[in-house]
Amino acid sequence: MSVITGLGVVAPNGIGVKEFWAATLAGRTGIAELDRFDTTGYPARLAGLIRDFDPIDHLPSRLLPQTDTSTRLALTATQHALADAEVDPAGIADYDMGVATANASGGFEFTHREFHKLWSRGPAHVSVYESFAWFYAVNTGQISIRHGMRGPSSALVAEQAGGLDALGQARRMIRGGTRLMVGGGVDSAFDPWGWLAHLSSGRVSLDPDPATAYRPFDAQASGYLPGEGGAICVLEDAAAARARGARVYGELAGYAATFDPHPDTGRPPALGRAARLALADAGVATADVDVVFADAAGVADLDRAEAAALRELFGARGVPVTAPKALTGRLFSGGGALDVVSALLCLRDGLIPPTFGTATVPAGYGLDLVLGEPRQVAVDTVLVLARGRWGFNAAVVLRTFQNRS
Amino acid sequence: MNRRVVITGMGVRAPRSPGKKEFWELLSAGRTATRRISFFDPSPYRSQVAGEVDFDAASEGLSPREVRRMDRATQFAVVCARDAVADSGLDLGALPADRVGVSLGSAVAAATSLEREYLVLSDSGRRWEMSPDHLSPHMFDYLVPSVMSAEIAWTVGAEGPVAMLSDGCTSGLDAVGHAAALIREGSADMVVAGAADTPITPIVVACFDAIRATSTHNDDPEHASRPFDASRNGFVLAEGAAMFVLEELSAARARGAHCYAEVGGFATRCNAYHMTGLKPDGRELAEAIRVALDQARLAPEAVDYVNAHGSGTKQNDRHETAAFKRSLGEHAYRTPVSSIKSMVGHSLGAIGSVEIAASLLAIENQAVPPTANLHTADPDCDLDYVPNEARDHHIDTVLTVGSGFGGFQSAMVLTRPRRTAA
Amino acid sequence: MAKMMTIDELRAILVDCAGGDDAVLPGDISAVPFDELGYDSLALIETAARLRLDHDVLIPDEEIAEVRTAGELLGKINDRIAV
Repeated sequence: MSVITGLGVVAPNGIGVKEFWAATLAGRTGIAELDRFDTTGYPARLAGLIRDFDPIDHLPSRLLPQTDTSTRLALTATQHALADAEVDPAGIADYDMGVATANASGGFEFTHREFHKLWSRGPAHVSVYESFAWFYAVNTGQISIRHGMRGPSSALVAEQAGGLDALGQARRMIRGGTRLMVGGGVDSAFDPWGWLAHLSSGRVSLDPDPATAYRPFDAQASGYLPGEGGAICVLEDAAAARARGARVYGELAGYAATFDPHPDTGRPPALGRAARLALADAGVATADVDVVFADAAGVADLDRAEAAALRELFGARGVPVTAPKALTGRLFSGGGALDVVSALLCLRDGLIPPTFGTATVPAGYGLDLVLGEPRQVAVDTVLVLARGRWGFNAAVVLRTFQNRS
Repeated sequence: MNRRVVITGMGVRAPRSPGKKEFWELLSAGRTATRRISFFDPSPYRSQVAGEVDFDAASEGLSPREVRRMDRATQFAVVCARDAVADSGLDLGALPADRVGVSLGSAVAAATSLEREYLVLSDSGRRWEMSPDHLSPHMFDYLVPSVMSAEIAWTVGAEGPVAMLSDGCTSGLDAVGHAAALIREGSADMVVAGAADTPITPIVVACFDAIRATSTHNDDPEHASRPFDASRNGFVLAEGAAMFVLEELSAARARGAHCYAEVGGFATRCNAYHMTGLKPDGRELAEAIRVALDQARLAPEAVDYVNAHGSGTKQNDRHETAAFKRSLGEHAYRTPVSSIKSMVGHSLGAIGSVEIAASLLAIENQAVPPTANLHTADPDCDLDYVPNEARDHHIDTVLTVGSGFGGFQSAMVLTRPRRTAA
Repeated sequence: MAKMMTIDELRAILVDCAGGDDAVLPGDISAVPFDELGYDSLALIETAARLRLDHDVLIPDEEIAEVRTAGELLGKINDRIAV
């Protein structure tokens, strides 16, 4: 059994679990106008931005010349998660600890700078750090080095579904005998090129109002906003966690991944099947699910498809559904991981954070979307969903631990 | 679940190797396929040699639309996946799509397309800030390269777990190891797995130049990749891909499939030492080897051939040699060890899969491909590296390993399936 | 004759290429081994590239690999500036 014992958050609406959760419950948004370069002429300018993050406050200066923003954020989140779990990696055998992170865009700003040096000044100007600051395994490698973790480790890419996949992978390693895993995802690509690349998805909201631009499941949904950051969790074998008297946020009880049929087949997407498989994996019935953290694309077709999948699983308005990511934007590999953090805090506090920005949900969706104020309920089982562009689906089931230990 | 996993189909593209037949002909002849870079003018670069693939998308059966949409690495992966499925003899339409998965590895993914789009958007590097005027609708596919594994899923009709692993230069081993895990745990019955990388583009050449990782034997491109040789001075960058069909053993037997090998064991460890550096003692790679052998329930003496990472950098070959001695003991001196990178170069994330293909063909042909360009002994590298000429050899079990930036160390044990039923 | 580089100027280049500020690099660093200062071989290759491109001082790879302290590196730099 795998349990989560430590959380680290770097989100547009809060660095650190406490600040993030308070912002999430109070509706403090991290959506703002991009101010890192001149965005005149760009059709969209809003994003979930991490501000007030000075890496030198969090990391040794030696790491700064060799790291992209995304890696600095990932290292910071990891440090927070280990501190939160009260784990000292030096006290655990090196092969008993591994790292599984998801990554969607690598060290993109860093590599943009090196592309620029190469083409404006010549090959000799390319940094020695480019060879690893860019690639998708960078966060896993840097975390492993910083904390002396030499167990099974990997990096996964599955657009927005990757964060859940990384946690599923971490659980797989724990089942294989690794005592502790660091898992999650963090992304950032808000340099001029990264921003253009985001816009090329064709799904970024062009609404200039930060309050309404990303409103998942709303009748007026106009797209999503990209964000930066994410979350890192400490997962442990339940027996090992119990033996050291660790505080447990919850059990990672179920996980599954599926892929959509090709759109040309006309068959429906496979998000619902991922949810069903994850519930079966956890050994729980749909009736046991107390709340669903939705993928919440903010794109009408995708919202409708997710609502249909939820109706099919739970019946119309059969379960409370929420999407706190409206306050952060979609964080790519960080999105699923951050939702897992919210889900665990929801388990702890019995409070479902609301979906901000969304006002009117089409009746046909049949969704009990939590709006306005946090909803107080007894929560024992949470389903977290994530979709990655092109057809990736992932689902995670989290359960309270003490009830079943 | 005690499910065993076998490889029943393969497809490969490597320098001077348009398919598995030509690939084995090249390797078994000890011919090299590296050359002076022709994709762009390499003269401003420190390392000017590479293993390029002469790839003609149209004759490979890719439509103009597919070529426009897919990065070069994706194109490689797709044609290899088609080959692998055809080679396996599977009728994919007859399988439940939700039991079919994909596991694709790549280290630098869409690097070639990223550089092409960068040059358009930045006006050939003149601008830091960019204009959306010439933005390609596919730019997002290059920002987030999981589209690569999606393309494989569409190619083979997979609707089960679809993963992309990007563990640097061990991606190709790790993706196949991951596929085996998916089948073993019951998440899928069949997985199309492998890896592709096409890194011969200026930014990648320049970044390896910067850390002095690549070979500077520019005056002798055909012999620039010299694993385990005293005159080695870096790896030779290459492109390549290999994809496989992995299935559960009893299902493969039931349909009378040809089994290349069983994935007997796989393990990965990190050195937690340095993003690019290796400790000379080979401790973590040795541990990965030990665990992989343990999973396969084999003693070190069972290893008939070691398909080495053998990149041809000073530190790798020393590190790896130490790891073999540490994990295999005296047997390390007795078992043949070779590096096909001497012939086809180092295709980063793809090479682990390309080396699995070579390992399967070594079992198939009962012969060890040589380490080409090995003429001068290095006292730090004192094993039997099978210099320059292939060797007939009884091979039931191959150990293939990889080592990469980020500290990743991976090992896989491939065993020849016994004729008797399990 | 070209102006000699000072240890403080070299310190600024090192910090820029590989991190570290005055709080971590206190006082006279010239005799402290690079590995004790936390500078690895990549840090020194990056520093050598900067010296070559921005200061026109070429220190070959083989020599950079052998340099152990900032004082030694400064000596090599100023030997070349002096010629």
